[in-house]
Amino acid sequence: MKRAMFDLDKWQEIFSTIRKNKLRTFLTGFSVAWGIFMLILLLGAGEGLQHGTENQFKGDALNSVWIIPGKTSIPYGGYNADREIKLENSDFDDLKKNVSGIENLSSRKYLNGITQISYGNKTGSFGVLGCHPEEKEAEQIEVLGGRFINNLDVQEARKVACLGKDMKIELFGTSNPVGEYININGIPFKVIGFYMDEGGDRDVRRTWIPISTHQGVFGGANRVDRMAMTTGDASVEEAGAIVQNIRERLSKKLNFDPADEKALYVRNRAEFYQKFADLFAGIRLFIWFIGFGTICAGIVGVSNIMMIVVKERTKEIGIRKALGASSSSIVGLIMQESIFITTIAGYIGLTLGVGLLEWSGDFIQGNEYFSNPEVDIGTAINATILLIITGSLAGLVPAIRAASIQPVNALRED
Amino acid sequence: MISLKNINKYYSTGNHELHVLKDVNLEIGSGELVSIMGSSGSGKSTLLNILGILDAYDSGSYHLDNTLIKSLSEKKAAQYRNEFIGFIFQSFHLLGYKNAMENVALPLYYRGISRKKRNIIAREYLDKVGLLDWAEHMPNELSGGQQQRVSIARALISEPKLILADEPTGALDSQTSENVMNLFREVNKLGITVLIVTHEHDIANMTDRQITLIDGKIHETSHV
Repeated sequence: MKRAMFDLDKWQEIFSTIRKNKLRTFLTGFSVAWGIFMLILLLGAGEGLQHGTENQFKGDALNSVWIIPGKTSIPYGGYNADREIKLENSDFDDLKKNVSGIENLSSRKYLNGITQISYGNKTGSFGVLGCHPEEKEAEQIEVLGGRFINNLDVQEARKVACLGKDMKIELFGTSNPVGEYININGIPFKVIGFYMDEGGDRDVRRTWIPISTHQGVFGGANRVDRMAMTTGDASVEEAGAIVQNIRERLSKKLNFDPADEKALYVRNRAEFYQKFADLFAGIRLFIWFIGFGTICAGIVGVSNIMMIVVKERTKEIGIRKALGASSSSIVGLIMQESIFITTIAGYIGLTLGVGLLEWSGDFIQGNEYFSNPEVDIGTAINATILLIITGSLAGLVPAIRAASIQPVNALRED
Repeated sequence: MISLKNINKYYSTGNHELHVLKDVNLEIGSGELVSIMGSSGSGKSTLLNILGILDAYDSGSYHLDNTLIKSLSEKKAAQYRNEFIGFIFQSFHLLGYKNAMENVALPLYYRGISRKKRNIIAREYLDKVGLLDWAEHMPNELSGGQQQRVSIARALISEPKLILADEPTGALDSQTSENVMNLFREVNKLGITVLIVTHEHDIANMTDRQITLIDGKIHETSHV
């Protein structure tokens, strides 16, 4: 008499019920599929926004700080405003020695105007930047072949160059440039490596050379254009304190108001990133809130339909009981049918949602602020299972109630 | 077959308690063809439901085939209904989304008989009520008389000891009613106890024994 869940006959009974009650089946299934579909789209959209923004931050270390001198905007220490602030090697040494919390510090020197660089009969115009070895960490440079600038290069002011990926391809194609000599404004430099930098086109169409070589060869004397640094695992507040320390030291040494942002612009990426991270935590919370609401609506929808289904089938339940059906067999039949429908519908919603995300991911490629929308498949499956379980529980109560009323009363229903 | 002793049944309607069956005593032997008459509200349907284990009674005792039917577990009640009793209702109570054969086969589903086997048996019983050609038809494609014959086939398929019919001809014209009654007589000849609730005298006259319920009390009117 006892019928197991995998009893073929019971399944046939369920399938024949489903076949004969297409609208009811569709309505139940639709509310489940729709709930899951919307949840997946929401979660995917949230992920897409986040990925898009994270892309914006690619290319430089998240804990990087740039120190960019400018012109004073406030008179200070007897000097007029509009005075140019210049950094030099001694400032680098001073910061490196006296400011704690700096992980990597590098001076930078640019070369103004168009620079012609040639190898053999190939010529192009590229950027030439002087740096310390620590630049690699601040710029998140990934060396693809050979090596980056090292301390010995800087100490001995070697004429060596590490090329950006695109520059390497333009001058050398697919062949290995390491050990070859390139010509920068008529001066030969030995190629020691080439690199990738996610920061964009400009970052891979230039070459790094030792800061000392740059200053010596291109007439920079002891001047430094900018400094780049990383702050290790300092928190946003700690990084802020380090930045403040730097401002105060340099303001004393170079005579500008420490509050003068124009005189010394310090770009603290950690602080900037934190703002975005906070924003996205907020958006994600919001999306989960809406997602939770969607799931709740799905649950309410399923329980509503289950209640109607049970009501509609009360008479049938009475007939079945008169023919010898036990309450448990009736509850089992209704529950198995509802679990079956919600599972199939949930799976359809899941597949459609993930499919649309995948498709739209290809479609909207290239949008800066929205890329690669995806959803954690584990989360999606858990949400589906949650909906199936809660939907079934919602149906269980009216099913048990209907199955336990006296058959006479059930038969009287119309 | 059936032994009722001092059966009482109350219905509570709001504040009032309605005494529907009052100390009902009734003995029905095996193989009898009995009708229960009574005006509406006399308690005849209630009595039938108690006999069919579709409803509970409040006091007294009910023995069906020497088995006491009292405060049975849900499971036991279902089993007894399936094994002992075949039901026939005024409005047929066929499942609308199943065809005639599937409707007839349903009691065997609850006995754990395979689909293939029970459909074969269902066809045999449809043949017995003369509806083999209509096996694949849905209930709404059948006339009232045909639907009632399907429900009789469904009641017979579990080979019950007792057939309980609640106004089986109430929805049928007189010619069809007579055909259905003849079918009941044939069934009865097989040795099955048949109990028919009706308010029509000519239907009651076609049975061997007539019992009248008046205001919840039994009045035997004739015993052939």
